[in-house]
Amino acid sequence: MLSAIIGLGILGLIFGISLSLASKKFFVKLDPREEAVLKALPGTNCGACGFPGCAGLARAIIKGEAAANGCTSGGAEVIKNVSRIMGVEAVVKEKEVAVIMCKGGRKEAMDRFRYIGVHDCKAAAMIAGGNKACAYGCLGLGTCERVCPFDAIKMDDNYLPVVDEEKCTGCTLCAVNCPKVIIKMIPISNKIHIRCNSLDKGAVTRKNCTVGCIACRKCEKVCPIGAITVENNLAVINPLKCDNCRKCVPVCPTDTIENYFGGEPRYASLMEEEAENVQRIAVSK
Amino acid sequence: MIDIFHRMTFRGGIHPPEEKDRTKGIPIQTIPLPEKVVIPLSQHTGAICEPLVKVGDIVKKGQKIGEGKGSITSTVHSSISGKVVDISPHPHPLGSDILSIIIESDKKDEWVDSLTENEDYLSIEPAKLKEIIKDAGIVGLGGAQFPTHIKLSPPEGDRVEYVIINGAECEPYITSDHRLMVERASEIVEGLKIIMRVLSAKKGFIGIEKNKPDAIAKLKAQSSKLKAHIEVVGLNVKYPQGAEKQLIKSILKKEVPPSVFPIEAGVVVNNVGTAYAIYNAVRYGRPLIERVVTVTGNGVKDPGNLLARIGASFEFLIQNCGGFSGEPEKVIMGGPMMGIAQYTLKVPAIKGTSGIVVFSKNPPSSPFNKGGQGGLYQPCIRCGRCVDNCPMGISPNLYGLQAERGMIDEAYNWDVMDCIECGACSYVCPSNRPLVQFIKYLKAEVKKKQK
Repeated sequence: MLSAIIGLGILGLIFGISLSLASKKFFVKLDPREEAVLKALPGTNCGACGFPGCAGLARAIIKGEAAANGCTSGGAEVIKNVSRIMGVEAVVKEKEVAVIMCKGGRKEAMDRFRYIGVHDCKAAAMIAGGNKACAYGCLGLGTCERVCPFDAIKMDDNYLPVVDEEKCTGCTLCAVNCPKVIIKMIPISNKIHIRCNSLDKGAVTRKNCTVGCIACRKCEKVCPIGAITVENNLAVINPLKCDNCRKCVPVCPTDTIENYFGGEPRYASLMEEEAENVQRIAVSK
Repeated sequence: MIDIFHRMTFRGGIHPPEEKDRTKGIPIQTIPLPEKVVIPLSQHTGAICEPLVKVGDIVKKGQKIGEGKGSITSTVHSSISGKVVDISPHPHPLGSDILSIIIESDKKDEWVDSLTENEDYLSIEPAKLKEIIKDAGIVGLGGAQFPTHIKLSPPEGDRVEYVIINGAECEPYITSDHRLMVERASEIVEGLKIIMRVLSAKKGFIGIEKNKPDAIAKLKAQSSKLKAHIEVVGLNVKYPQGAEKQLIKSILKKEVPPSVFPIEAGVVVNNVGTAYAIYNAVRYGRPLIERVVTVTGNGVKDPGNLLARIGASFEFLIQNCGGFSGEPEKVIMGGPMMGIAQYTLKVPAIKGTSGIVVFSKNPPSSPFNKGGQGGLYQPCIRCGRCVDNCPMGISPNLYGLQAERGMIDEAYNWDVMDCIECGACSYVCPSNRPLVQFIKYLKAEVKKKQK
């Protein structure tokens, strides 16, 4: 009994001394800022910055390989904190959110065939481009919902993804994983979207889908500031120009243009109110 | 030492119902000329062909209308005489739309003038033979459509000892190779001789599953004089007996390692249809413009084996078999195990179209048509049947789970790239899991990552 206690005690002593010596000898000096930066980052390891997780980005920021505003999903608060630690001016870009550039769910868009197989858009797109008649449309199998680390995308009853702008951090994982590339990252203050991705001619689009852009150019004509251009049979809003006047919304014959403010248009009064939000690059300290 | 226990077979594999009785006794039929053919510019593995004709050009049967640039590519030929009416993307049986040349028939069916016949074809130089095979647009007719002239070009330093002609036809329903072996046995043997000359191989085998005794007897009679050089081998009836590496294992008892081409192990495997096409090209100068297509299944009125022109639409071929009986549920190019379901009947028969299988909605068909159960699949229950039956000795259950979780690197480490996509795992899966589709998805993702 006694010999066991003494034996173990001696062993413990030897190990303790050798461990403490080893920790002295092999001590790696860490930049204390690295830990602080890592703490300031959101910690979701979404990978949207292009580095392996938040620890990877923290290391890169310390080494100077990434900018202090490298975190794309953390928002203004994170960037301010990281910039303070690094002692640089915080350059906060406006938050971008995912917008689904397709409105053709099961009800609106025609099918070419019945798809039986793996419940995943990427796998379905490998079979003749998917079952939708429109080669550009959303396949509705929810790959974006599954890859979203922030639970910001939900599939609705019409098999279309719906983005929760509050939860969306702009990490771009959904956009990268969408085989049809219909998810675009757009500044959150832009609330008017032409939700179609089809480059087919108008007649073809009309046959395939009831809500597709038929490139009639009505929105292009009505836009007072020239923010809408029709190219390759598709109308596109330039987010840097658009001031959310939403004159294009009622003229669209196919109801492709969507007003994310919801409800009735409130034009002038609201425009002033929103003017602050529309600042593209806010510089704060 | 003679391996007396060797049973002409391989590890794993399954025994699906053969369903060949519908068509195996029906001779190859010649059908009327199609009014229009659609010749896709990609009917082979490798670089897509560039068209050699313009819209409005008059073309003859057998005229070269497309040629590819690069090392791995092939050529395409007009299968009828007539006028080029369009060159545009057209649905292709392998999936996406492919640039195709559409030719309207002038009903004369005239051969192009420049066909060169060679009576003494076995004295032509091997290099010249390869040239003829390339110009005839010959690709692997078993379904993979790999350009044959490349298969017949061993890398520097490798010597090919054996040539195997694949007459296993393990795919259920399909009987096109079977009929070809019964009706064109001497041509197939001559084709094998040409291949052996090109490769200066010392021995040729013709491997046939034992469920085709008439084909075995015919080919044995044809090759009886050449016993020292050509041997006809009866193989156990098991799917996938006709897969290249499994066939080599069964006949030569040689295991070809994964990611090694059989040619590096000194073996070349060609389909019987390819051997027949090679004979036609070398002896008569005829390019590959027609092939035997089995149109069968419980959704077709008069199933049969048709000698179809390349580019004839599925609709035309099914009409020549009496049309649909009842409402079709699924139309498949190829057999039910490895074939590809089609969404339109406008797709043309291509060089790799060994058969068209139609399942009807009523009566609901066979264990092959799992879509009939609503296409739903359940989670993996880890029963391990797919692992037991996998002829490559890999783990399809894992790939299914990894695909669902996006674990691409892990799948690569578990050798997903060795899969031959035979479909044995999906066939035996009690949870109806589309394992081959999971694997195809993983392979595509791995290739994307490697780039």
